[in-house]
Amino acid sequence: EPGPRVSHDLTTGLMDNRGGKCVLSLDLEKEVVKFRKKLKDSLPGSDWNPFGTTKGLPPERADVVIVGGGVMGWSVAYWLKALEPQRDALRVVVIEKDPTYSQASTVLSAGGIRQQFSLPENIQMSLYSAFFLRTINEHLGVVNEPPIDIQFNHSGYLFLALEDRAAELEENVRIQRTEGAEVSLLSPAQLKKKYPWINTDGVAVASYGLENEGWFDPWSLLNAFRRKAMSMGVCQCFGEVVSFTISSREIMTPEGELTFSRINYVRVQMPNSVEYQPVECSLVVNAAGPWSQKLAEMAGIGIGPPNTQEGIKLPVEPRKRYIFVWHCPDGPGLDCPMLVDTTGAYFRREGVGGNYLGSLSPAEEEEPDIQDLEVDHNFFQEKIWPYLAHRVPVFESLKVKSAWAGYYDYNTFDQNAVLGPHPLVENMLFITGFSGHGLQQSPAAGKVLAELILNGKFSTTHMEKFSFNRFVSGEQVLERNIV
Amino acid sequence: MAAPRALQQCRAFARRPYGSAASPDPPKGGILQYLCNRFYDIEYLVGWSATLRYRNLRRKNAYCGYIKDNYGDNAAAAYFVLSHRGRVRFQGQETWYCVDRRGNFSYDFIELQGVPVVDIDLAGSVLNYNGLDNLVKLTALKSLDLSRCPNVDDWTLSRLQVFKDSLEELSLAGCPQVTERGLACLHLLEHLRRLDLSHLPSVSTPGLIRILVEEMLPRCEVVGLAPAAGAQTRRDGREEPAVPSGDRRAGEIPA
Repeated sequence: EPGPRVSHDLTTGLMDNRGGKCVLSLDLEKEVVKFRKKLKDSLPGSDWNPFGTTKGLPPERADVVIVGGGVMGWSVAYWLKALEPQRDALRVVVIEKDPTYSQASTVLSAGGIRQQFSLPENIQMSLYSAFFLRTINEHLGVVNEPPIDIQFNHSGYLFLALEDRAAELEENVRIQRTEGAEVSLLSPAQLKKKYPWINTDGVAVASYGLENEGWFDPWSLLNAFRRKAMSMGVCQCFGEVVSFTISSREIMTPEGELTFSRINYVRVQMPNSVEYQPVECSLVVNAAGPWSQKLAEMAGIGIGPPNTQEGIKLPVEPRKRYIFVWHCPDGPGLDCPMLVDTTGAYFRREGVGGNYLGSLSPAEEEEPDIQDLEVDHNFFQEKIWPYLAHRVPVFESLKVKSAWAGYYDYNTFDQNAVLGPHPLVENMLFITGFSGHGLQQSPAAGKVLAELILNGKFSTTHMEKFSFNRFVSGEQVLERNIV
Repeated sequence: MAAPRALQQCRAFARRPYGSAASPDPPKGGILQYLCNRFYDIEYLVGWSATLRYRNLRRKNAYCGYIKDNYGDNAAAAYFVLSHRGRVRFQGQETWYCVDRRGNFSYDFIELQGVPVVDIDLAGSVLNYNGLDNLVKLTALKSLDLSRCPNVDDWTLSRLQVFKDSLEELSLAGCPQVTERGLACLHLLEHLRRLDLSHLPSVSTPGLIRILVEEMLPRCEVVGLAPAAGAQTRRDGREEPAVPSGDRRAGEIPA
């Protein structure tokens, strides 16, 4: 029977009891559920906005904002989600300026991974990254997606050394072997026997990585990180960070009066629009690669009188590096490693059709202009080809098929990573400055930073070496083996 | 009649909607509807089953530390091979040690302490990169049969470089995860005389890869990886003469 049924329900207090009139019980249920949801949503702390939201804006509040959507940024995002103490404990937002990734260092890189460094921490990071890439499906596999294939070529790196640098190379190999990397030393005779196409003129000793070295596809790795992180709840936003809202205070320390500041809001501007969103956050991760210095300056790092701590800039600059692809019909075969010559020129096989790609890092005085990513083909003709032809005589006849340029996030201080917080801006963390070996260390570096964020301290020892404080104290952490 | 309805509605409003379940009990549409409502929980369980599969594989490929500490590397390798239903042969012995139909094997090989293992047959086993922990210390291994192993991939092949001084025969027939990128790291096996590469589905362009592998390993006989249809035919229907592989060079198109 209609009527009095309604008045017996618990909802009497919430609903208008227009005496006698009633709603059919099914509709009533739905309406009440909707109302409760809306009530909960309108309470403070939720994302509901009565005026509606524009598509693509980042959320108004986030715990960690990662500026930079390259492999470093997504690696940190993935590890934050993988290591967080319970599900949805952190709200992580990754902000990327360019959705086409047209100038991103990650996708323009040659994609090599090696353990042949001189710093034990670098070797450890590369070893961990190799382990990560081997077990990539266990880490980054998403339900119902096809297995990830990063097309890893296991051909190894071959470093050649002249007489005067032979001792350094052997010392490096000793350090690498102590850390657990499988590296072998070759004499010129052994080198000639194994790779008859090399001209061993002037080579005193060579080192070859036997395992866990080679090259792979950086775009697949980036997408794997991105897909897995997004499946775990990381929010992706395309926009540009234009400024920060900072609150600061002066504190008297033994070194004098210092200004400690904290980033409260990150202002993100939407692409091709004047619309912006201030994102309230508690931590900002600077994973902006070549543009890290510009981002740091927005937070006030490096803006200050020159001889004070506030005046120390983040010494990471964009440096343009070219890569050339050429075809040589009689070139080295399937066993061609990534060969790094005594002059610094390097090349590797690309595919199985007789194509190779390689380059050379220019000397300090000849650094190309960083305004755009135009390729200077003369650079290949004059600087790279002579060295290649000298080392590999078959390369005297080759045909350049293609070329591109990308930026290194070059650390002008000591060419090694900057990992960790800034001493004065309390909630900005850096993961930049890798100077050309970022991609191969990205899984390990992301994990180190995520552990720092979640646990408050480095879980792996010795990573304090890479902190910003070394720019203040002036101690260089030099890497001798830079390609 | 009014009271039971009211009771049902009370129960419905008192229960707050948790998880992805939107409809109240009892499930309308049966068990399938119930599972559909709990989509994210099912997805989580499927993800867990994948993790458990990897863990299981790692457990099966675990390192036999006890045997190795007490009886040496060769005995540990033999134990590993036999527990994976493989066969093993020692130096100087004619007979192979293998398992019987029920998977049992005798521990006689323990007496052969110090005698190196020369032949291992692990065809069809679940060996992967971690399982090679048990085999890398063998110094005199001459022949390794890894055909039809579903978990042998390029990383496993890259680890075979430890056998560069001794390995003469290697079989990778029918391994679904081996690609040409893994075959490239076999160049370190200088003593290899016979390499079986038949039925490798993940190798694209098998004809070209065969030529490149033959060039890479000049003293090795490569079996398999022949192009699918015998001789190549040109567009006008005439058959191309088969050029012997020694005369062909990478990248060149035969005349």
